[in-house]
Amino acid sequence: MPSYVITEKCDGCKGQDRTACMYICPNDLMVLDMDGSAGYGEMKAYNRDPQMCWECMCCVKLCPQQAMDVRGYADFVPLGASATPLRGSEDIMWTVKFRDGSIKRFKFPTRTTPEGSADPLGGFATHDDINSEALATEPESLGLDAIPTPK
Amino acid sequence: MANFETVEVSTDLLIVGGGFSACGAATEASYWAKKNGLKVVMVDKAALDRSGAVAMGLSAINQYVGVKDGENTVEDYIRYVRQDLMGVSREDLVYNIARHVDSTVHLFEKWGLKIWKDEEGKYVHEGRWQLMINGESYKIIIAEAAKNALAEAGGELYERVFIVDPLMDGNRCVGAVGFSTRENKFYVFKAKAVVVGMGGAVHVFRPRSVGEGFGRSWYPPFNSGSSAYFTIRAGAEMTCQEVRFIPVRFKDAYGPVGAWFLLFKSRAISAEGGDYMVERVDELQNWAPYGLAKPIPANLRNYLGMLDVDAGLGPLYMETDEAIQKIAHEFKDDPKAFKRKMKELESEAWEDFLDMTISQAILWASLNVKPEEKHSEIAACEPYFIGSHSGASGAWVSGPEDMDTPYKWGYANMTTADGLFAVGDGSGASSHKFSSGSHTEGRIAGKAAIKYILEKGQEPTVDMTRVEALKKEILTPMDLMVENKGKMTDPEINTAYIMPRQFLHRLQKIMDEYAGGVTAAFKTSKALLERGLELMSLLKEDAGKQAARDLHELTRAWENTQRMWIAESHIRSMLFREETRWPGYYFRADTPKMDDENWLCFVNCRWDPGTGEWEMMKKDIWNIPGV
Repeated sequence: MPSYVITEKCDGCKGQDRTACMYICPNDLMVLDMDGSAGYGEMKAYNRDPQMCWECMCCVKLCPQQAMDVRGYADFVPLGASATPLRGSEDIMWTVKFRDGSIKRFKFPTRTTPEGSADPLGGFATHDDINSEALATEPESLGLDAIPTPK
Repeated sequence: MANFETVEVSTDLLIVGGGFSACGAATEASYWAKKNGLKVVMVDKAALDRSGAVAMGLSAINQYVGVKDGENTVEDYIRYVRQDLMGVSREDLVYNIARHVDSTVHLFEKWGLKIWKDEEGKYVHEGRWQLMINGESYKIIIAEAAKNALAEAGGELYERVFIVDPLMDGNRCVGAVGFSTRENKFYVFKAKAVVVGMGGAVHVFRPRSVGEGFGRSWYPPFNSGSSAYFTIRAGAEMTCQEVRFIPVRFKDAYGPVGAWFLLFKSRAISAEGGDYMVERVDELQNWAPYGLAKPIPANLRNYLGMLDVDAGLGPLYMETDEAIQKIAHEFKDDPKAFKRKMKELESEAWEDFLDMTISQAILWASLNVKPEEKHSEIAACEPYFIGSHSGASGAWVSGPEDMDTPYKWGYANMTTADGLFAVGDGSGASSHKFSSGSHTEGRIAGKAAIKYILEKGQEPTVDMTRVEALKKEILTPMDLMVENKGKMTDPEINTAYIMPRQFLHRLQKIMDEYAGGVTAAFKTSKALLERGLELMSLLKEDAGKQAARDLHELTRAWENTQRMWIAESHIRSMLFREETRWPGYYFRADTPKMDDENWLCFVNCRWDPGTGEWEMMKKDIWNIPGV
């Protein structure tokens, strides 16, 4: 199945009002089996509809226990491979495991600024003319003296 | 009726959606709202950090014009889009986005997006308009700016609220209704203006993979046509609903090919080794003038590959090994540099997948693919509705105020319904805006909507009887389940209702087989489309018979209904346009040629909320003088 939860590692985000995977899944697939009544284990999360999983790994990247991973779609992906992320505040490490056992590791930057710091106006000069075609930070954010107009 | 609390929220501006265009609208509108003492509310059906088409990330920015460095002009972009869409584009909208898009990209960089730079500090281009990025956190960064902008302006963000229908006061949009996907709450948003940025549509057509890989669409499966449904139901005019998009991608996992074609200069070939772009060059004569100019339109490149597949020459392959060897060859005399270059290429190739289509990395690893050693299969995906890419479907919106065009009836990006604005995949005929252009369009509409509120805004008059009727209709799937589930032992098989997943399969079967899906080899005809419409009319009757056990299934039921409406507008538009203009998107076998005399025009449609009838229209194409 696309995203899956490792029973041993999942702690249901310690019973907080929402788990990380439930919070982030863009397709609303992750659920917490609070009392085990759904058959997945008490306080264990699960993917309720693997057929609708996009394998975006947003849940895998956010899980605080690293209790999640993805097993490639069974209808066209041969067994034995994985791509596992470890996402920090400024970069992401990937471990790609091949079916033949070989491994490749990659590290890519994710952002150049501290998390949470994005200034919506980017430090560019602003203006207050609602009737102008120029958007709030223009023309400075364009790097031009004026916005282009039809000739 | 299921017991749902009704929650009312009043605002000046309502932004529905959470992807790039909606975030652009929130960022810009918040600035103008704060200046003018207005309130902005944004509603997302998921979590803003990872919602919309860029949830996973992206490996490139596909629209950057580069005006400040003289790389291109805005007019160059007009010509590029006109050519790619076979002459059918709203040049005023394309112009408006293109003249602002560079500022959006510069803002992204300030916010923390890492754009590749060369030794001279210039952006690294993937192609003429494309910039390479380290884009794993692209959406998180853009969402962060939108959230910060909203917070500074005293705005509000509602996550996990699924918007279904518009609220109308005559032809004026006065809000929206929907429900929480987490608790039994029915939401009523009342607003003086509404910006719709809820994305395009996937799973209207049957995907190639129908088992566990059902969700592996190229564009995300959670984009269900919410924008189109909203604007159609508001009675707004739609355009280019026939112009679906079919990307050719690495087969099955749908990994991106842009870096391979543009950055690594790879070729695509048939199983027999022929390059269909060379061997079938004569076919391009039939699609002049677009087939004869460069770059050759995406749909024609698709089409030449499809002709090879039809001729039994498949599989098609991307020559990754040849491309990498060719690049590495330049370093053959310097073993150290050669090793370094190969390492760099390997990292770039894998990042391309890991940033935006992780499934493709898993698939390559599972097949033991080393791209420098072996080519990989490519194929045409199923059709999608994505007006921000090389498709064009969406609402018909008013153009920029400073251009003298026949397309002005209000404020920039306002639909034909008052106070209702559409952006991103929600607005049509302004293709090739991608992530950066969609955000830009959101910014344009965000400012225009505030201006509309200042000049024409009225306290919304909401008909609460209508709201109650909508609440009842929207919650029907839960009622149907409660009333009938005990009558048969299997909760999924019941004569009184149909489960959302089965309804989706029925929609996809109609679209696939009659409207030119994968199994029909993207071909259709008047007869097939008419039969498809007949079956669609029965499907529409059964849409209200979908049942839901919980809020998740209730969401699925309404997503399906949204898909069904965009599907109907698609069939009607293909039926109306009696020619074939984008043969690599769909081929009308009964009208197999392009007919500029009669059909070099927009096809628009409008569903009349009063009568329930569809009206089909031709609209003239206006070209920017001298471009």
